[in-house]
Amino acid sequence: MSNILVNAPKTARRGEVVEIKALILHPMETGFRPGPNGRIIPRNIIERFTATWNGAEIFAMEMSPAIAANPFVSFFAQARESGTVVLRWTGDEGFAAEERVAIAVE
Amino acid sequence: MDRRRFLTGTTAAVLVLPLAPASATQEAMAEAIRKVVGTATPTEGRVKLDVPPLVENGSTVPLTVTVESPMSEADHVKAIHVFNEKNPQPNVFSARLGPRNGKAVVGTRVKLGDSQRIIAIAETSDGRFWSGGADVIVTLAACLEESP
Amino acid sequence: MTARLLAFGLALVFAASYAAAQAGADKRRSGYQDMGEALQKMQDDDTANPGMLFVQLGGQLWAKPAGAENKSCADCHGVAADSMKGVATRYPAIPQGADRPVDLEGRINMCRTENQKAERLPPENRDLLSLEAYVAHQSRGMPIAPPYGPVVDAFRAQGEGIYRRRQGQLNLSCAICHDDNAGKKLAGIVIPEAHPTGYPIYRLEWQALGSLKRRLRNCLVGIRAEAWSLDAPEYVALELYLMERAKGMKLETPAVRP
Repeated sequence: MSNILVNAPKTARRGEVVEIKALILHPMETGFRPGPNGRIIPRNIIERFTATWNGAEIFAMEMSPAIAANPFVSFFAQARESGTVVLRWTGDEGFAAEERVAIAVE
Repeated sequence: MDRRRFLTGTTAAVLVLPLAPASATQEAMAEAIRKVVGTATPTEGRVKLDVPPLVENGSTVPLTVTVESPMSEADHVKAIHVFNEKNPQPNVFSARLGPRNGKAVVGTRVKLGDSQRIIAIAETSDGRFWSGGADVIVTLAACLEESP
Repeated sequence: MTARLLAFGLALVFAASYAAAQAGADKRRSGYQDMGEALQKMQDDDTANPGMLFVQLGGQLWAKPAGAENKSCADCHGVAADSMKGVATRYPAIPQGADRPVDLEGRINMCRTENQKAERLPPENRDLLSLEAYVAHQSRGMPIAPPYGPVVDAFRAQGEGIYRRRQGQLNLSCAICHDDNAGKKLAGIVIPEAHPTGYPIYRLEWQALGSLKRRLRNCLVGIRAEAWSLDAPEYVALELYLMERAKGMKLETPAVRP
């Protein structure tokens, strides 16, 4: 079960620049911290976040352990045609999560 | 900005970025920046880094990078890279953008182990690099968890 | 006519000054007001507040059957926005059939063991915190309204005793920091007035949601006192007193704190 919160407008005027904000539940364990037993807790981070609009990539971010736990990302997109924005997170330990939002362009 | 201040600014940028002084992590940051810009010299300007000047807790610091750009097909920001000097690794994030973004603004939250300078580098579609920075003071929270 | 106008005018003036006095009378500050603008914005925006991820998770758990009875919270309580509205403003409280006050997580565990026939969730368990956050979130914006009665009052008095008692190697009481020195700075951070208005909170230091119990343990560690065991009744007593101090203040769950 992935927990994701996305904030994007449901509708936009053609050509309007809209903000998309996304938050995902993830520990972003740095790989530098010792655990209770004194051993380093293995790194477990989201490495990559991408956004596509009707299949075309509009934004991508490579993350490092310096991104805070439960990563938040905000970016802008120009609404050119109605469609589906797919947000995708991938990372260590085979982590993969996806969220879709529909934006209607008038 | 007058000519002298402009010149001083550019000289400082040239000196600070590629030839990092003593501290190992500052060197690591300079090296990480060099990997991105290659032989080019970033020009200071166009890039604005918004971080609270005084951070109540370094584990989750809101950070927004804004680059002045028309974001047109002909003239847009291709990438934004953020670096820090005191975390175990100099890279914070690298974002890829294009004209579809309309605005070159990226926000996230970062971990900062200590008070330090953060640098953002933007690459524009003409192949040039721009830089901006911010100094952040991280205060230490009181009454924390017991050590394990 | 003139007299009526004058009376009307005077009434207006009184009403205005009464309102001003009411607004000015409450000098209590939630920890929210001591945070910088960036963190206040983080709490205010539901898609930026990381605590909302746990509220979302709690909502999923609310609808998920559990235990030998294979019943979900929703099977008995229906829509949380209706059935749970205001509940968190009254806790800790003495539930029907109990002889002593329990906190909200204790109440959730009672439901699990008695009605769902499920195992208790341990303290600071993510599912427990998420359910608690989901329930408390239904009271966001509502004033804290503690219950009264001989038994609950006795526990509250015990809580006040703990609040005022010096303890630990630093020989400090809660009151010395949070009454006498609230608003001053400790290690660069403003000492809050210790109003539990937003629990469970997303504490940036934890990078996770945590309970008031966990926060109180951090305080105890801070004054070099021995922390009570996680099931100790002291926490509930202290929470009862803290909720009384915060009576009328608005719940913020899930609050963000540094």
